[in-house]
Amino acid sequence: MRFYEYESKELFARHGLPLGKRGIATSRDEARARAREIGAPVVLKSQVLSGGRMKAGAVKFADTPDEAAALFDEIMPIVVNGQTARSVLVEEKSPISQEYYVAVTWDGRRKLPVLVFSDMGGIDIEQVAEKYPDHMSQTHVSTILPFTPRLAKEAIGATGVSGSALNRLTPIVSTLVEIFLAYDLTLAEINPLVRLENGRFAVLDGHIDMEAEAREKHTALLEDLGIEPEETRQARPPSEFEIAGARVDAADHRGVAGNVVEFDGDLGLVIGAGGGSLTLFDAVLKQGGRPANYCEIGGNPSVKKTCELTKLVLGKPGVEKIAVMMNVVSNTRVDIVARGVIKGCVESGRDPASTIAIFRIPGSWEEEGFKILERHRVEYCDRSVSMYEAAGRAVAKTRAQT
Amino acid sequence: MAILIDKETTFIVQGITGREAVSLTRENLAYGSRIVGGVTPGRAGRDVYGVPVYDCVRDITAHTKVDGSVVCVPPKFTRDAVFEAIENGIKLIVVVTERIPRQEVAQMVELARLRGARIIGPNCLGIITPGEVKMGGVGGPAEDTRKAYMRGSVGIMSRSGGMTTEIANTLTAAGLGQSTAVSIGGDAIIGTSYAELMPLFEADPETQAIAIYSEPGGRMEAELSEWVNQNGSRLPIVAFMAGRFMDKMPGMRFGHAGTIVEGKADTTADKIERMTKSGISVAERIEEIPELIKQRLAEAR
Repeated sequence: MRFYEYESKELFARHGLPLGKRGIATSRDEARARAREIGAPVVLKSQVLSGGRMKAGAVKFADTPDEAAALFDEIMPIVVNGQTARSVLVEEKSPISQEYYVAVTWDGRRKLPVLVFSDMGGIDIEQVAEKYPDHMSQTHVSTILPFTPRLAKEAIGATGVSGSALNRLTPIVSTLVEIFLAYDLTLAEINPLVRLENGRFAVLDGHIDMEAEAREKHTALLEDLGIEPEETRQARPPSEFEIAGARVDAADHRGVAGNVVEFDGDLGLVIGAGGGSLTLFDAVLKQGGRPANYCEIGGNPSVKKTCELTKLVLGKPGVEKIAVMMNVVSNTRVDIVARGVIKGCVESGRDPASTIAIFRIPGSWEEEGFKILERHRVEYCDRSVSMYEAAGRAVAKTRAQT
Repeated sequence: MAILIDKETTFIVQGITGREAVSLTRENLAYGSRIVGGVTPGRAGRDVYGVPVYDCVRDITAHTKVDGSVVCVPPKFTRDAVFEAIENGIKLIVVVTERIPRQEVAQMVELARLRGARIIGPNCLGIITPGEVKMGGVGGPAEDTRKAYMRGSVGIMSRSGGMTTEIANTLTAAGLGQSTAVSIGGDAIIGTSYAELMPLFEADPETQAIAIYSEPGGRMEAELSEWVNQNGSRLPIVAFMAGRFMDKMPGMRFGHAGTIVEGKADTTADKIERMTKSGISVAERIEEIPELIKQRLAEAR
């Protein structure tokens, strides 16, 4: 879950990291007031959940409060990679003498956090890694031994930084590692971390991602920062259909019927589980199908849950047929899913036989499930029909109808 | 032979009185597994399908040889349960629980490494050596497990629990049995990756080929390709890559927690290219896997 820059900086400030004077503006008058309070040239930065702001023109500089007010109106409407701005951060602008890069993230192969440091901040770190490997260090951090600053010192020293810069940077880098560990982050990045011409160090830009699974552990912090529990902070904001999908999943703790993602096709999908859904979605696309949605059912969802999900998918304009498909199931019961989708069709005023294009869920309780499907004359197949073939049959039926 | 578990393997179930754990225990016993105890704090003295329940792991390890543990406790308590298993000398721990924060998983893995223990999962369905034993929910009820799995020479490694069984079922239908199938887990950090299991399969004379289910996200497939490049392998490897549609949807999370496209190395295109270059066959559809394995085995002869 990505934080806005101003939220990241608020967290940094709480831990004593050096930051410039700054304030948030949600109107041109506020932008003027913030610039006046800072009393110096300022930078105005769009608060969006995306990189590439500079390129999009959503970062601008102002010498006077009036100029800041005018730039607010320019920056606010700019959409950056599909993300609209929430506000504008107004921050003091100071002359810089050196830029650094520091980040902590996960190394999935070593299964440890890795501290990445470079004395060439401000540019793409992957380029530094490629062209100037001596200017970048990677240092792994234990998750069970206490973290002490010597690791930060070593990380910085490995890039050739010494003298007072080393001693001034060490506590800043250490604090970033501590923040990463304390809040279950998946990324804590400062780019650039700068030495100003006046000799002070400052965090110019920061980026924090918190692991979604850890949100419950940090509700106090999230509340303080004003991050609402329903904010998903994905690559794009959730649609109404997706929010309704999340509600279906949350309403009943029995099993999973979630991760609903909206697409613009006509074939409704009630599919599962994690890996099965990925496989089936590919299979539908590959055979020319146009999915109306993606979803995942699994973990033995109740009749009610499957029914509600079915109703949601069928409620989407243009969806005449649904495909109900999973891999061979272990702990999900075929008969319960069958009852759920049939009930969902009936409660939507649809005939299950013509609405369910195909039912392909083999596995636990399949005999019972297949009997129910036969009774409602729903086309089903057993494990002798592959997931790909089942998806193909569903696609052929949607094609025939249009 | 097989890898990781055989019919002599003894294990316990932590969190044994929970709903999922009760059915897992029943299914594993019915398949022939030797479950020597269960743990739920405060429930000592009860039993689950004849398996005695204790308060602490120590109460079992003190008098019984315990090779492994299946951990199915809620995410909040999983790290504690895994630490308890490791510190009481258990060497093989299957973590079924999903939605555990990554840092806690890293802590479990780090402690396991220090103590010479192995973790499979989290967010997995466990291990099965067909016809002998299974450890975890893989395959479901014993009779369903027997439909999908058959003993033979193909090792399976899968980031998806459900797809482990789908692939086994496809192999079985084509007359190819399995030596051991491992549901390795769907999280960004897992105890044992493909590359870390490869030496075990290499050393198992029964295993003649490998089938893999893979997904977008992470570096596990790249790690496997490098392992094969560096070590060579006597085993033909056939991989299936799901989630190809995700390449065009960066930043969106589908499937498992570890499945997200953030950079180029996370894409299926990049993974397929790496695997193909190192000699791993990549199937377009699940049903192509048996034929590809048969071809590769025939070529090797």
